[in-house]
Parts: sequence; structure tokens; C-alpha cells
Amino acid sequence: MHEFSIALNIVKLTEENAKKANANKILAIDIEVGKFSGVVNDALRFAMESATKETMLEHAQINLIDKEAWAICEECHHKFSIENFADVCPECHSVRYTITQGKELRVKSIEIE
Amino acid sequence: MCDTCGCGNSDTEYTLLRPGMADEHLSAHAHDHSHDHPHSHSHDSSEHTHHHDHDHSRTLNIEQDALQQNNLVAERNRGFLEAKEILAVNLVSSPGSGKTTLLEKTLVDLSSSLGFFVIEGDQQTANDAARIQKTGVPVIQVNTGSGCHLDAEMVYRSVKELKITDHAVLMIENVGNLVCPALFDLGEKFRVVIISVTEGDDKALKYPYMFQSSHLCIINKTDLLPYVDFDVEKFKEYALRINHHLEFIELSAKSGDGLNDWYSWIKKQTK
Repeated sequence: MHEFSIALNIVKLTEENAKKANANKILAIDIEVGKFSGVVNDALRFAMESATKETMLEHAQINLIDKEAWAICEECHHKFSIENFADVCPECHSVRYTITQGKELRVKSIEIE
Repeated sequence: MCDTCGCGNSDTEYTLLRPGMADEHLSAHAHDHSHDHPHSHSHDSSEHTHHHDHDHSRTLNIEQDALQQNNLVAERNRGFLEAKEILAVNLVSSPGSGKTTLLEKTLVDLSSSLGFFVIEGDQQTANDAARIQKTGVPVIQVNTGSGCHLDAEMVYRSVKELKITDHAVLMIENVGNLVCPALFDLGEKFRVVIISVTEGDDKALKYPYMFQSSHLCIINKTDLLPYVDFDVEKFKEYALRINHHLEFIELSAKSGDGLNDWYSWIKKQTK
């Protein structure tokens, strides 16, 4: 899958940020993984292990923070948490809703020294 | 073969080829991460010395999308293409859905009235680009190596290489894969997912990310409907559950049935 490319992207963007802050090493990284981010946690963790070799992130602690998904119904404006793209609005059973949260795959913060 | 295996550097290597020039790489292994090799800028010891005085760690807030780099390049592509009034279409599907055949037909039938350019994405070979080249349309092949999707940087380099002209239609045939390409914005205006009736009619439920992010769904190989169990209405119902904005066109690239609907769609988008 695509997790390795994503891991390389994460390494690149965190190293850029760490260098700007004059850091020598990244000790830990917090990554927010939305339920609908399209990324499998175990695959990302595995990919990060090899993508971080010989980088500032080598041996860094990788914290994956799950973020649940929310949607707003376009028919009745009900806000609800969703588990699956095929869910329907629990109030009016419409499939016409917009996902408002849960697609994120964000690097939240890093711990540097 | 996918790049989760993390087999090392090969992920970042891809090759641009012109058909018939298989041994002559246009850009010998485009190492798109080459400037970012982990330590290239940071192993300067003078840069480190004074920091060793501070042993305490600190937290740096980043709040950036993990795919920010790709998204930025995709937006650059999009801006460039929009300014030149180029319609860019990202064609995605499972392997074997008939993407290349549909594209060939489209180019033969429409290239007298519209200026087409094609980017062909595959892990290996320039076979598809060779097929497209026979139609006379300028084409570039991207071989992604171990990569399972095209990304915005590959499209950026291909567009430069193609010397694309104003008001053209750029058809980007992504790597046959319904999973990974869903996450990588290329800067296209429309994403078109192609499914053939020899696949399962619950495909949209199984691969929701691709259907969720597509604008149009082409149901191909409809000439085979009498011989398979594919239920078109059921497929559409499932796909609309995933993405209620999705439009559908049913066609057979082989028999030609329904091709006019697809051609009308393209022409409508170029106006």
C-alpha cells in the first residue's frame, strides 16, 4: 500500500521543521490518524520504522492518535459520528451527508532536542 | 507489489519513458527525494556544536498534513493547468478494467476536435504508452517501480516533458489499483473511476476511498452484461451510498455502445 510513501513524506516534513528549530534529534512524533484517512495504523507504524532509518527520526517514539469521524447530514443537519462510508444518517436515514472530521492524517507535533 | 514492504530507496525512484525509447530514460531515475536525503544538510558538525549545551527536549507544534508535500505540488499543477485552460482527468481503476482501451478509442474518435496529451502510469513497461502513441497523441510513460500510485511530482515532471499546449485535454492513466491512488491528489480537475462488469457489483463498498473521491464512474464492458451476474442498479445504489454526488456512464469501449455519453461529458468539461 501507500503507507511507505506517506512515511517518507512525514520524515521529510518533520526533518524540515526540526532543522528550522535548530534541533539535533527528534525524540518523538505525534501523528493524528483519522478513521477515514485511508491509512492502516499497523502499516504506517511498520513503514515508519524503515523510513526513519538514518534520519533525525531514527528511534523516535511514534505516537499514532486515532481520530474518529463525524458527518453532518445535508437533509436534516444532524451531526453524527460515522464508522463506515456506507453509513446512513441515524436520524433521517439519508445517505446525503458530508464528512466533517476523520479524513485527517496530520503531524501534530514533535519532541526535539 | 506495494511499497509498504519498505524495501528501501526504490520507492522514491521512478522513470519517465517515451514509447520506443525504452532504454533511453528521459530523466534517468528521477530521485524525487534526492535533495532530502536524510542527513545531507544536517551532518555539518559546526551546526550542531552549540546545541549540545541544551540537553532538555522541547515540543514543537507542527500541525501539518502528512501529505502536504504532495498536496502543494498538486495545487501547483492545478494552478498551471487551470491557467492554460487544460482539462486534466485522472483515470483510476483496478487492473484490467479497460482503461487503456477506452483511452485509445477516445483518442481515435476525439483527437481531431480536441488536443490530447496522455500520461501513462504503470509499475513496469512502456506497453501502454506504445499503444497510445499509435493514435498519434503525445504520451509519456511513468514507471513507478515499486510504487503503487502516481503522485503530483511525477505529473509535474511529465507535464513539463510533454510540453503541453493551451486548451488541451490531459488524460492521466493512473496505476491500476483502487486503493493507494485515492490518497494522492495529482492536480487533476476530475477523477474518473472505471469499473468493468466482470468485477463485483459491491466494489464501491469494498474500496470506498476511491469512489468517495471520484466525480464520475464509468461502467465498462457492458457488452458482457448478459454473461455475468453484475447488477448495474445494485452497483449504483452501493456507490451512491459512498458518494451521493457520483455520476455514472455505462459503456462498452469494445462495441462502442455508450461512448457518445462519455464524449459528451468530456466536451462539456472543456467548454
